[in-house]
Order: sequence, then structure tokens, then C-alpha cells
Amino acid sequence: MKVALFIPCYIDQFYPEVGVATVKILKKFGIKFDYPLEQTCCGQPAFNTGYWKEAKSLAIKFVKIFSNFDYIVSPSGSCTSMIKIFYPELLNEDELKNIAQKTFELTEFLVKIMKIDSTGAEFDHKVTYHDSCHALRELGIKEEPRILLRNVKKLKLIEMENSEDCCGFGGTFSIKFPEISIDMAKYKLNYALNSGAEFITSTDQSCLMHIDGYARKNKINIKTIHIAQILANF
Amino acid sequence: MRNHDLTKFKENVLWALTNQTLRKNLNRAITHTLSKRIEVVSELTNWEELREKAHNIRKHTIENLAYYLENFEKKATENGIKILWAKDAAEARSYVIDIARRINAKLCVKSKSMVTEEIGLREFLEEKGIETVETDLGEFIVQLANEMPSHITAPAMHKSRDEIGKLFAEKLGVDFTNEPENLTKIARRFLREKFLNADLGISGANFLVAETGSIVIVENEGNAGLSTTLPKVHIVIAGIEKVIPRLVDLTIFFKILGRSATAQRFTSYVSIINAPRNKKPDSPEEIYVILVDNGRTNLLRSEKLKQALYCIKCGACMLACPIYQRVGGHAYGSIYPGPIGSVLTPVQFAFDEALILPFASSLCGKCHEICPVKIEIHHLLLWLRHKAVEQDFSPWIEKLIFKLWLIGMKNHKLYEFGAKILRYIRKIGIKPELKNWSKWRTFPEIAPKSFREIWRRQESK
Repeated sequence: MKVALFIPCYIDQFYPEVGVATVKILKKFGIKFDYPLEQTCCGQPAFNTGYWKEAKSLAIKFVKIFSNFDYIVSPSGSCTSMIKIFYPELLNEDELKNIAQKTFELTEFLVKIMKIDSTGAEFDHKVTYHDSCHALRELGIKEEPRILLRNVKKLKLIEMENSEDCCGFGGTFSIKFPEISIDMAKYKLNYALNSGAEFITSTDQSCLMHIDGYARKNKINIKTIHIAQILANF
Repeated sequence: MRNHDLTKFKENVLWALTNQTLRKNLNRAITHTLSKRIEVVSELTNWEELREKAHNIRKHTIENLAYYLENFEKKATENGIKILWAKDAAEARSYVIDIARRINAKLCVKSKSMVTEEIGLREFLEEKGIETVETDLGEFIVQLANEMPSHITAPAMHKSRDEIGKLFAEKLGVDFTNEPENLTKIARRFLREKFLNADLGISGANFLVAETGSIVIVENEGNAGLSTTLPKVHIVIAGIEKVIPRLVDLTIFFKILGRSATAQRFTSYVSIINAPRNKKPDSPEEIYVILVDNGRTNLLRSEKLKQALYCIKCGACMLACPIYQRVGGHAYGSIYPGPIGSVLTPVQFAFDEALILPFASSLCGKCHEICPVKIEIHHLLLWLRHKAVEQDFSPWIEKLIFKLWLIGMKNHKLYEFGAKILRYIRKIGIKPELKNWSKWRTFPEIAPKSFREIWRRQESK
């Protein structure tokens, strides 16, 4: 089984600890994998903003780099949905080379493919899970991250009200319509605060970047952490 | 305020976000309907199956639209209903005024219809000296306030009962009350007289049944029933997409429509109109159906966007949309607001300036999730963004950024080089910031070492 690790560009540059945590988890379970250094961005920012020509050339590059692997694993529901759901909009059958079927978000890969329901991690905190829109509604990932979180020692998983509500990030939406975007973040943070959790976690660092950015600017006392970092805490 | 100015969307958004009364009204109405909706939907164990069936019927119908429209025309004509085809708003209006003049109509009662909003019928008839009264309570309220509907099935959702009470007191000369029951009574008293004296009744249609030539209208107040039976002449104005193949299909649409639109198991009234009086005693003497295109074939021409014609105009996507929830329907400045409106407006009405609307979405997908006929609204919005860029809609700076970004992303060495420059800039104390981000959110710090640098170091050990 040849597994490739896909680390989204913004995680590579801004949140390398998420990548490091992912590596730690895969290694613990003896999953042999490679991290192709030619990888950059899946093309989602361009795709979502309407620049499909630009997105397509990155999709072709992505397929070229990753098509020889059996599985592609990424700690991001959003980038995974770009490959699984949106690459078929850009590429034809030949160009796709099954890439959509082979790509998995990390928690989905662990639970569904590897049949792992506990990483043996310990995290002595109250945590609430934010369903990222892409993981939940594009990929149908709801139970997988929760199964893994419930099996983290000492972790108390508290469901917040409206965990399925969008946090307001939405890529360039957050720049084009910042006022609506931050109002959504405000609501999301309130749901999380009301749950009594100390941490908000998610499969998507991009949502957390937005939520955390708003929390820090407004001195709201709640922390964000990517799910891989919790699961790698062993 | 009948505001059709799409260029003001951004301005409207700011106005709506800071309007506390509006937000309170919206929040109350939306939260109530959505929570009740969960209840009535969960009672059906086969909801997903119903959605799938409804989707397939709509898809099949739209794929064979000409066939079903011709069948509908044939059957309805046999039943004694007169069919008129209108390519645009002007033609539809001219049919109506011709009929109205021929029968010397002075007063027209109207039941709720979004197509008549589309073609600006009420204003047109009033201009021509024909008093035209909206008889749906919500529509009656927005008519009094001289506003557009802010939601397609709950037109006055943006108003509180206090505001409605004040409006009634001011416009109808009654004592102020904010009791819903009393407000309804006032409207009823006013409207009853109109119903009895009207020469012309105008309605929309929820469905047109090809098999039988029937016009189907669902409603809750009984006003549509009165509008379509009391006056001697009844004109139905319907979009060409309203046709469904068979009468039996209604069993599915009735289940999903009420639940989706108003969180009801079933609407209070259903009218199925088959023929004028020569065949049935309780019908008007003449019935006309004006089948309106008005840009719908623009959607039909696109393999991708024709999906938007599956829409049964329930408005659930609006209620579910986090953007609509905050800014309400008027902010959009379009006849159809919210997610589906952001698809319809730029294409159906060919408004270039409406191309901003598909960008006003975080693409969260709730519109698709709630849609009873499973239209992939969020994916259609993405498609329209792509069309907008193709039409050179985007600002030059954005185009430049994506050009530079692509150069970097296509070559990992350039990408790493770019990241190095960023790290250097940060090191000498300059923090690159995006104004529209950083004004409200702290921008993340670039990490001292990228993941790939850490990986390289580990792997070389």
C-alpha cells in the first residue's frame, strides 16, 4: 500500500505543527507513506474565486504528482473535497486517474480505511468539535472525528449548539464580505463558549484560523487546535 | 422602497447588519420556522427518498419541458382554458391589460405570486388605472409599506407585529393593535369588500399538471381560493417551469412543499382548477393562463444551470443560508433573494451587476442540504463565479494576485522561494497584512520553519 501525504500549502507555511502531528499518527500505526516535495496547493483558492483555468493547471500538476499512490491522505476536509468533489468539474476521466476515489481526509482515512478508532492519545481538556462545511456536507464526515475524539483519554467532548453552522471563513468570501464573515465567526464562538469547552477543534485548520483570528483580535478566551494535534498527543 | 438596485448590494449588507430591529425580526422568524421544520420533516422516515423522487421528477420535466408544456396547453385548452405564451415581462403585462380592458375591469384582486413581482404587474395595473390589491396577508403588508417581498413565501418576514400595527394604523386609519389576531381581522375586513367587488382575479400557480391541464395553488389563508373564484375572470400567471407531468406527482410535492416553505405538514387550502364555468358551476366565466418565459430559457440553455429551474420556490434555502439570515431579502436588491436568487438573478434576468451575488456566499452548502428538490445551489454559485471571471468581472488587482500566485504554485521551488522571502520580510519586522482580514481578525504568523523544511531535516537524518 503506497500512501502519499498531502499537506495543504497554508498548513505547510503557517501551521507546520499540524503536518508534524499527522506524520506522528501515521508513523505510530506503521503506515508507510511518502511526502512528495513537488506538491504545493490543490488550487482551491483559485477555484472558489472563479479562476478555473488557474485551478485546472494546479489540478493537473496535483494528479501528476499523486497518481502513482494508492491513497492520498490530508489533514484537511476542505482540500480533500477540492480533490474529491471539485477536480471532476475541472478534469476529464483520463486526467483524473481515479485520484478522487483515492483521496481521504485524515480522520476518515484512519477510521474507514485503517479501521483505527483510537490513536492512544491523551488530552486532559474540554473540547468542542466544529463541523467544517466541506468535511461535513461535501464529504459526509461527521462520525469519524467524533469516534477518534471520544477515545482520547481524559478528553471531554462537549457538543456545542449548531456545530454544523458555517464559521464564516469561506476562503475569499472572508475578504470580500468581511462584515458578514466576522458576524458568523462571532456566532460560532458564542456557541463554543456556551458549551463550556476550552478548545475548539476541527478537521480544518482554515476554519480554525478564521475563528482563532477573531477570538484573538477580540480577546475571547477560547483556544483552537487542529484535530491531528489532539490525536497525536501520545 | 421598491429597490431593484443590484449595485448597492455591499451597501445594503452594511445597512442590514447594523439594523438591530431587522436582525431581531429575521432571527425570530427564521429560528421559529427552522426549528418547526426539523420537527415536521423528522416525522417522515422517507424524507430523503421523497427529495430524491422530487428531484427526479423535476429533472425529467425540465429535460422534456417543451413536451410537457405542449401537453398542458392541449389539455387545458380542451377544458376551455385559454393559454397565452409570453416571452418577456412586457408581453405578459400586455396580455393582462388587454383582458382587463376588454372586460372593463376597475378592481383586481391578486393572490400571492412571485412571477407577478418579476413582471411588475401590480404597479403596471395601478398605472393603467386599475386598482390592484394583494390579498395574501404578507403581500398586503408589503404593498401597504410600498416594499418588495423580503422572502418568497413569507413576504413580510422582516417586519415585527408592532411595525405592522403601526403601518395598519397609518395606512388604513384603524386604531393601533399589535395582536396578530386583530391585525388579521383588520386585513380581512378590508379585503372582503375588495373580493366582493373585484372584476378580475389574478393568481400564480404552484404547479401546472400536464396530464390534466390543471392549475394547482396551495395556500394558507383562503385568499387564493377567493381571488380565483369570485371575480368573473381569472388570469393565472405562471413561469414555464411550473409544469409537472402527472396529477399523482402532487402526492410527493405536497409533502415536501409545505414542510419546506412554512414548516407545515400540509397547507390549509389547495385549489385544483380545471375549467371555467361552462363546465363547472363554482368557477369564473373565463380562465386564462399566461405562460411566462421571462429569461427562463436563458437558464434552460445551460446544461449546468438548468438545474435552477427544478426550483419549486419554497424559499427554504433562504432560511437556511447564513448570509440571508443576517442581511434579509431586501439587501439582495433582486426579486428572488438568497442562494437560489443569486443563481437566478444574473442568468434569468441577465443582469451583469448581479454577478456580485454568487460571491456573497461562504459556500457552506446548507442551501443544497435543505433544498427539497436537491438543487446543488452552492455548486451553481461556484459555476457562476467561474462565469463571472470569464466575463472579466473581477477587479484587476485580484487577477494580478492570482496570476502571481499561480506562477508560484506551479513550481515548488518558486513556491519555496516565495515563502523564504515572506519569512525574511517578517524577520526584519514587517508584518504583511490583508486589510480586509486584519481589521477584524488577527493574521496568523508565518511559522519559523515550514513543514517541508522540518520534513527534509527529519528525512535526512
